[in-house]
Amino acid sequence: MDYGAYNPAGGQAPPRAIKILLAGGFGVGKTTLVGAVSEIKPLRTEELLSEGSLGTDSTEGVEGKTTTTVAMDFGRISLRRDLVLYLFGTPGQQRFWFMWDELAIGALGAVVLADTRRLADSFPAIDYFERREIPFIVALNCFDGARRYAIEDVRMALDLEPGLPVVLCDARSRESAKEVLIALVEHVLATASRESVSGIA
Amino acid sequence: MPSNDERWMDAEAGPVVRPYALTQGRTRHTGASFDLVATVMATHARVADPASLAPEHISVLQLARAPTTVADIASDVDLPLGVVRIILADLRELGLVAISTPVAPSMRIDTHTLREVLNGLRGL
Repeated sequence: MDYGAYNPAGGQAPPRAIKILLAGGFGVGKTTLVGAVSEIKPLRTEELLSEGSLGTDSTEGVEGKTTTTVAMDFGRISLRRDLVLYLFGTPGQQRFWFMWDELAIGALGAVVLADTRRLADSFPAIDYFERREIPFIVALNCFDGARRYAIEDVRMALDLEPGLPVVLCDARSRESAKEVLIALVEHVLATASRESVSGIA
Repeated sequence: MPSNDERWMDAEAGPVVRPYALTQGRTRHTGASFDLVATVMATHARVADPASLAPEHISVLQLARAPTTVADIASDVDLPLGVVRIILADLRELGLVAISTPVAPSMRIDTHTLREVLNGLRGL
C-alpha cells in the first residue's frame, strides 16, 4: 500500500485547501488584516539560512549550520465544510523570499498590503509576484491620519501594470479585509477567463 | 560584560534544546515533498513499537486523527514548520500517516473552484 499518497478510503473527505499570500513591509498591518478576517493561529518556521540570505544577515562568528526563525501570520477561513482558505502573511523583504518560493506554489494569488507613507516597502513584493507571474492585487491600508492618496497616484508610484487592481482598505475591519480578498479572487477569475478566451482565439 | 551565551540563556530565550535536536539534526525530510497545506491523515495502522516514537511524533500523530494540514499541525504543536515536516515524513515512512501529493507548480486553480471561493467569501 502506498502511504505516500493520500488515501481517501478513510471515509472522511478532507476539505480542499486554498492558499492566499499576504505580503507587505514591517508594520503595514498584515497581522491585523489576517486577524480581522480569519481565525488567526501562531505559525513559525525555522529555516536554514541560504547563502543568499547570509549576505544580508550578520552571521559573523557563527559556525556551521545557521537557522533563522520567522513568524508568519497564518489564518484559516472555513468557507464551507469542504473548502478552506488559508492566509499566509510573511515579511516582504527580499531575505524572506526563500519562504515565498514555497508558499507561492499552487497559491490562488497574493495581496500586497501597502502603506502610503512607505510605499517603497512594497516594491520587493510587487517585483517578486510580477517576475513569477503570480496574480496579485495591491491593497492600501488607510491608517488613521495617513494622507489619502489618489489610487492613480499610487499606481504610478508603484509602476503597476494597467488593469492591476489597487484597493483601499482598513485592515482592522472584517468587512474591509473580506472585500480585499474578494477583489483578489475577482481579479484572478477575470485573468483566468481572459486567458482561456485568448487561448481559444 | 557578559558573553553572548550568558545573555542568551535567560527565561526569554525559550527552550535551550534547539528545535532541530528533535529531528537528530536532520533538516531535510525523506521521501516526496509536500505542500504547506497538504492534507495529512493518520492511517490508523498499528504502531509496531510505540517506545520508538518521540513525544512530538505522538502529538503530531494524534492531531492527524482527523484530516488536517501540515500548517495546522505545525501551529497546533507549536513547532517550526521545518521540524514538523521531518516528523511527518518519519511518520509517513512508518506507514502511520498519509500525506496528499503536491500540486504541480504550474497548476492554476480552476475557475470553478475560484467561483466557489468567491461565493464563499461573499457569504461570510
